[in-house]
Amino acid sequence: MPEGKLTLITGRSTRQGAGISTGKELEEYQTATTVILLSPIDMERFGLHDKDAVRLKTRFGSATVTCRSGDLPAGIAFLAFGPAANQLVGGDTQLSGMPDTKGFEIEVEPIPA
Amino acid sequence: MVFEHAVCAFCGCVCDDIAVTVEDGRITQAKNACVLGKAWFLSHGQPSDLPAARINGHAVSLEAGIDYAASLLSQAHYPIIYGLSSTSCEAQRQAIALSETIGGNLDCCTSVCHGPSGMAVQGVGEPTCTLGEVKNRADLLIYWGSNPAESHPRHMTRYAVTPKGMFIPNGRKDRTVVLIDVRPTPSSRAADILITPKPGKDFELLWALRGLILGNKIEEASLAETGVTLEQLTDLAIRMKKSHFGIIFIGQGLTQSRGKHLNTTAAFMLVRDLNRTNKFALMPMRGHGNVTGIDNVLAWQTGFPFGVNFSKGYPRFNPGEFTIVDVLSRDEADLIMSVASDPIASLPATARKRAAEVPMIAIDTHESETTRRAQVAFIAATAGIGAEGTVYRMDNVPLHMDKILDLPFPSDEELLSRLHTRVKELKS
Repeated sequence: MPEGKLTLITGRSTRQGAGISTGKELEEYQTATTVILLSPIDMERFGLHDKDAVRLKTRFGSATVTCRSGDLPAGIAFLAFGPAANQLVGGDTQLSGMPDTKGFEIEVEPIPA
Repeated sequence: MVFEHAVCAFCGCVCDDIAVTVEDGRITQAKNACVLGKAWFLSHGQPSDLPAARINGHAVSLEAGIDYAASLLSQAHYPIIYGLSSTSCEAQRQAIALSETIGGNLDCCTSVCHGPSGMAVQGVGEPTCTLGEVKNRADLLIYWGSNPAESHPRHMTRYAVTPKGMFIPNGRKDRTVVLIDVRPTPSSRAADILITPKPGKDFELLWALRGLILGNKIEEASLAETGVTLEQLTDLAIRMKKSHFGIIFIGQGLTQSRGKHLNTTAAFMLVRDLNRTNKFALMPMRGHGNVTGIDNVLAWQTGFPFGVNFSKGYPRFNPGEFTIVDVLSRDEADLIMSVASDPIASLPATARKRAAEVPMIAIDTHESETTRRAQVAFIAATAGIGAEGTVYRMDNVPLHMDKILDLPFPSDEELLSRLHTRVKELKS
């Protein structure tokens, strides 16, 4: 299976935000924070279809999520804030207090069914 | 019973027009609330068998929990108190006082959200306004690195894009909306103009835009790496100069991307320079509940908005030294106290690792990964639902939250006050 790199943007979504109140252990939050959106071009590049499992890796950690095609420019992926995203973010804040939460490189590895 | 004008403290919009229906001790309706606010209100009043205090997972009396937590706090060499966004200003004051007494660090969710904006405010100053001024005057709205449709669902309809204002009689028709983001979002639908830069190039764009505003010549080649053309940027600059009242709302797209506080500094400088010829403002889109409150309370009490240390007996500020991610990632804290937050679930793995190695005290309104892992865990009544208090909106306007429900838990304010009293007794 083809592997490759993408630029990951993590951020808020309404389902993720609502899930904080209704319960992080419930399906709404779990689903909202474990689905990565990829551009149709990247979905095709990696040979992926909606709901396929992928492993995301940085030098800080890895996370297994499912993927979905979204309205994104090629090379950019989106994952909502949550436990999966936090596995990929490091603790270096470049003396700002803020970790690199947006615009960092990830490796994407499709997981065979 | 219906509570008119209840205040929603989930996001920085702090809408105060929510009509909350309470039936049999539960909130059953939250009229006017957005999807985030509805979830926040309706999740309260559910039956709970959680004890108000636990030590190592076992229910104890509140007094026993406070006593044990106070003994941990009074003996810690380098503690850090963190969170404080989803609570009242009155509780925040107590936490600051406690932090000063134990000579520790106090950091809030700001450091992982708009801390870089706070650093820019210190370096440049904050040319800003209230949301009321936006509604009544703004004819040019720029959302930069922000997706309000998902993070602040009522922002556009209540304050910014659609409402009619005193000097904006036709509402949406009198306004131009510009969205600057690296990807299309649900907010894009509301925009007249979409600008899609490449990730990590906001500083270069802001600096070039500032140059255009100041009348400098900008070369097309210098923008090549940004993904934005000189024509697009020049058009934006012209619109900014021709506006009657413009505003840039900045989001985490600027604070969390390459550049961070340099991005926000460039944005604040741009707006400051625009005020030579125009009326222009900038407002960070504050997200976590009363995070604007902790910035204000901490700033008026210590002079600094986040990442404050009291180890030397006076407040010191140094992002990167006293901020939560750095203090934990470098294994420096020997005690963590989380208030109205869930750092175990929300911080990077390198920071969370330390939490497994040192004692942790947690105060929150519901069970979370943090309360489950804490050696001492307290459940508190939610500020704005089970306890009254003050909350700050994203534009620094304070609003009063009434108590709506009787919940079987003390408020954060009461818990922190009692903890502080006991710590002072132990230290004396």
